[in-house]
Amino acid sequence: MSKPRVGVFVCHCGSNIGSIVDVPAVAAFATGLDNVVYAQEHKYMCSDPGQEMIRDAIKEHQLNRVVVASCSPLMHEPTFRKTCDEAGLNGYLFQMANLREQVSWVTEDKAAATEKAKVVVRAAVQRVADHTELHTTTKPCTPATLVIGGGVAGIEAALQLASSDTKVHLVEREPSIGGAMAKFDKTFPTLDCAACILTPKMVQAYTHPNITVHAYSEVVDLSGYVGNFQAKIHHKASYVNNEKCTGCGACLQKCPVKRVPHEWEQNLMNRRAIYTPFAQAVPNKPVIDAQHCTMLLKGKCGICAKVCEAGAIEYDQAPEGTYETIDIGNVIVATGMKTFDPTPMKALGYGRIPDVYTALEFERMCHASGPTEGHVVKKTNGVLTHGGAAPKAVALVHCVGSRDKNYNEHCSRVCCMYSLKYAHLIKEHVPGCEVYDFYIDMRCAGKGYEEFYNRLLREDVRFIRGKVAEVNNWAIYPEEEGRLVVRVEDTLVGTTRRIPVDMVVLATGLEPAEGAKALAQTLHMSCSNDGFYLERHPKLAPVSTATEGIFVAGCCQSPKDIPDSVAQGAAAAAQAIAMIKRGTVEIEPTTAHVLEELCSGCQICIPLCPYDAISRDEERRLAVIEPAKCKGCGTCVGACPSSALQQWGFDDKQIYAEIDGILANA
Amino acid sequence: MTSYAYYPGCSAKATGASYEESLMAVARVLGIELEEIDDWNCCGATAYFSVREKLAMAISARNLALAETQGKDIVAPCSACYLGLAKANKYLKEFPETREIVCGALKAAGLEYNGTVEVKHAVEIFVQEPMLSQVKAAVKHPLTGLRVAGYVGCQMVRPYGFDDAEYPVALDTITTALGATPVPYPMAARCCGGSQIMTNEEVALRMSKNVLLAAEKAGADCIITTCPLCHMNLDMFQAKVNAHFGTNFSIPVLYFTQLMGMAFEASGLGIEKNLVGPSAGLAAHM
Amino acid sequence: MKPDFLEEIYEIPGGENIKDCIQCGTCSGSCPAAPNMEHTPRQIIAMIRAGMRDEALASNTMWMCASCYMCQSRCPSQIKITDIMYALKRVALAEGKAQPKASYMAQVFVDNINTYGRNDERMLIFNYYLKTNPGKFLSYAPIGMSMISKGLLSMGAPERIKNIDQIRKIVAYVEKDGTA
Repeated sequence: MSKPRVGVFVCHCGSNIGSIVDVPAVAAFATGLDNVVYAQEHKYMCSDPGQEMIRDAIKEHQLNRVVVASCSPLMHEPTFRKTCDEAGLNGYLFQMANLREQVSWVTEDKAAATEKAKVVVRAAVQRVADHTELHTTTKPCTPATLVIGGGVAGIEAALQLASSDTKVHLVEREPSIGGAMAKFDKTFPTLDCAACILTPKMVQAYTHPNITVHAYSEVVDLSGYVGNFQAKIHHKASYVNNEKCTGCGACLQKCPVKRVPHEWEQNLMNRRAIYTPFAQAVPNKPVIDAQHCTMLLKGKCGICAKVCEAGAIEYDQAPEGTYETIDIGNVIVATGMKTFDPTPMKALGYGRIPDVYTALEFERMCHASGPTEGHVVKKTNGVLTHGGAAPKAVALVHCVGSRDKNYNEHCSRVCCMYSLKYAHLIKEHVPGCEVYDFYIDMRCAGKGYEEFYNRLLREDVRFIRGKVAEVNNWAIYPEEEGRLVVRVEDTLVGTTRRIPVDMVVLATGLEPAEGAKALAQTLHMSCSNDGFYLERHPKLAPVSTATEGIFVAGCCQSPKDIPDSVAQGAAAAAQAIAMIKRGTVEIEPTTAHVLEELCSGCQICIPLCPYDAISRDEERRLAVIEPAKCKGCGTCVGACPSSALQQWGFDDKQIYAEIDGILANA
Repeated sequence: MTSYAYYPGCSAKATGASYEESLMAVARVLGIELEEIDDWNCCGATAYFSVREKLAMAISARNLALAETQGKDIVAPCSACYLGLAKANKYLKEFPETREIVCGALKAAGLEYNGTVEVKHAVEIFVQEPMLSQVKAAVKHPLTGLRVAGYVGCQMVRPYGFDDAEYPVALDTITTALGATPVPYPMAARCCGGSQIMTNEEVALRMSKNVLLAAEKAGADCIITTCPLCHMNLDMFQAKVNAHFGTNFSIPVLYFTQLMGMAFEASGLGIEKNLVGPSAGLAAHM
Repeated sequence: MKPDFLEEIYEIPGGENIKDCIQCGTCSGSCPAAPNMEHTPRQIIAMIRAGMRDEALASNTMWMCASCYMCQSRCPSQIKITDIMYALKRVALAEGKAQPKASYMAQVFVDNINTYGRNDERMLIFNYYLKTNPGKFLSYAPIGMSMISKGLLSMGAPERIKNIDQIRKIVAYVEKDGTA
């Protein structure tokens, strides 16, 4: 190998570095270092003229190594690597020295800063001498995307992908797609009927030639790497042949098992053992609930098979379902959320006192196909039916399970708005009903949202600023007899109040969906502290994750409303399409590799890899690394007792050279 | 033989005398040894904290140090004593600065505390297994048909405590074990007014009135309590509540140990010391 | 407006949580004594954070507090509100800003303990009403007589614990540091 000819470029970064570090002195110092044939300073290295200077110097002085002493590699390492490439020098024969975040920005002592700057530059110069050429590898990208979750975010992503002629697999664990939005009656702030705007998209997704909907299915494994994933899908046993089923609904009418609590209806109604979750289900194919079907449990009945003219009932399906493995290039996770269960908040009486409802329960009550056919009524003898008595006053309680260190610290973002929606719906369904809305803050930040609040102010809703402290059902004063009592401080007036009402609706907050954590582990995704999926950057990369090729969209990333979920679905689709359109993926070369002559086959490294990139070659009894999966984290390198694992661009020789450079005068 | 260091509290020898009597009677029946802490001092209750903080904890901690020499956990029948001792115990463990001052003060007095004592409320020692089964076994006269409002008050369940802070079940468990019927009692863990009966009487009378009202509405034959101050407010001041609010309460208020003693057919329960006489439902079992 | 009042609150173990108050009002809504308070618990916290030191210390709010801990139990920001009430009482007393009468009970109680080691209830009631409301004391006569007749009030002299010097040493140690 030819002798290193290092060029050192020291940046002022305006006054960021230059006002603390004596940049000319550092450049002069660099000139005197071994292997350095050229050193120069510049006000802004990253600017076009700055980069031009580097390119020119590489050519003029036949530089075969470059050191730029400026800011953090996170900022401009890619910039300067590209600059070198453009001048015909491999970008990995380059090293950055951080004089800003690690020197000028952490001290005001100019002398100390300049000394440290010299040390840091020397270390970089010594290290770069041992750098070798590295090249990114290019792999093909499978032109297909897996979308996990068939709610509005997932549907939007699927439709965008399909319209770009990308093949889409949309996997949904419920029998129908539609997600949470399908349960809503009206949507804020326009009061559009949720089903009316969602069902056309559901049908579009189901019938699109580029989209395969896997309903009543779950993703149980994901292996491979960006551009080349394999996903294992578990198709749960529905005991109905979807090809033969015409969706006529005869089985739903005749099933003799009628009293199964209907989870989709928030257990306010019953369903049969064979059921579809709601009337506009897509696909409109029923499933049999094996926990409650007499035929599957006891071998007796079989009525649904008898009435099915299409012969679609198949009791003999394997109960464990079937599995299918698909090839995809990338994944969009849009698995949604669940709402907070307020049972532990004993002071609010949910589950103890009748007519205290969660938001989704009240949503179903308002819905025309819900337990009360859309009538807002109290329970009769503990059961909710449409013949119940109308309430004279309803309390809407904000922030249940949100903004509360005892449960969830986060704000769930949509509850202020849906509470306003309920206030309006109550006024509509029950003319003359008194509506009290108890809030801490009124968060109406979206388009048309504040205007919606103003509309409700005009509709004579009694807004009281105060978090409800207690809901009980025993009266102290005559006007409270037989009613519920809300205890609260009206903070704007500054007095405590007891307000008798007949019904309480709790604005239950949003939480990560059931099974979110398990799915994160399957997909090698991270979660943030609140349990929602972690985006790559909270500001600049909200729909991508730290794992290349896996994107997130919708409420699984954080609580949000429908417009934002749709926007994120489309955004994730755009990123996925970009990858597929390129047709290839670039794999960074700073991966770990095995020095086979040193590997003893001890297997210590294999379980340590967070990305499953290491496997064992049984024949040769050696560790094998799949570079495409390796993220260059260095864990295996540190753990290997034989030093048989080394990382390109971070090998022992290079690191020791850098340390020597730092300690040279120590 | 289950054995505890017994912390009576200042009320136990005076207004709360029948609480101590009945507690001792019940402990005898169940074979629980309650060895009074020698030379115990006042826990400070709520009042000392209003004047001094670290000093209040140090005064309270003296009892912890004394119990530690006995080598036993503390049982306190009074809810305020229970909280005073438990709070000192907890803060000593959680806040190093507090520990330094309190332990320094104890040392200056020739005492030492190493954090080995647990503080329990009297209810706690009966409601947890295996003692609960022994309670059931000791019942000679099941209090069948007696409707009991289990009044737990505040400081037994908040801010710490072994039972739910909003709707506790411990007293109902004991009531059921005695064969009696616990009534649904929404004011079970709501405040009687405590020491406000002296400093702001009207406030406490109102709060006690609501406690009594809920018991009356629930059709209770009697209320059982776990604290001498709650007992005093609800029993001795029941007449004043009636006078002030024009109500007509006549609900006997017993210590829960007195109810246990009735079921055990033990004597020396001090029930005659209660001001409000027995109701028809209660008299049927006496 | 003195913003450094907050520093005194931070001194309470766990007192820093007062920074997390979102003024939701759960504390006031839970407080059984709030209807009788000049300022609700939430208002007092707002006053503390606004540096309204004198007004907060002169309020009757903390003297109405029955220490039921419902506020502290339910607070979504996990603020030790009852402990803050105690702190306000202490500071008000130390600076002579407390409302009269209300603070006497606590004073008498503490004097009793420091002298006898235990609280003789007769001494407490007697000393308290002597200072605050002698007339009221007489109105307690019926209850007092009932208590005596039922043996709930002893007639002898108040007892002193054996090792009262230990109490005195504890008091001296903590007081000398000024860290009470």
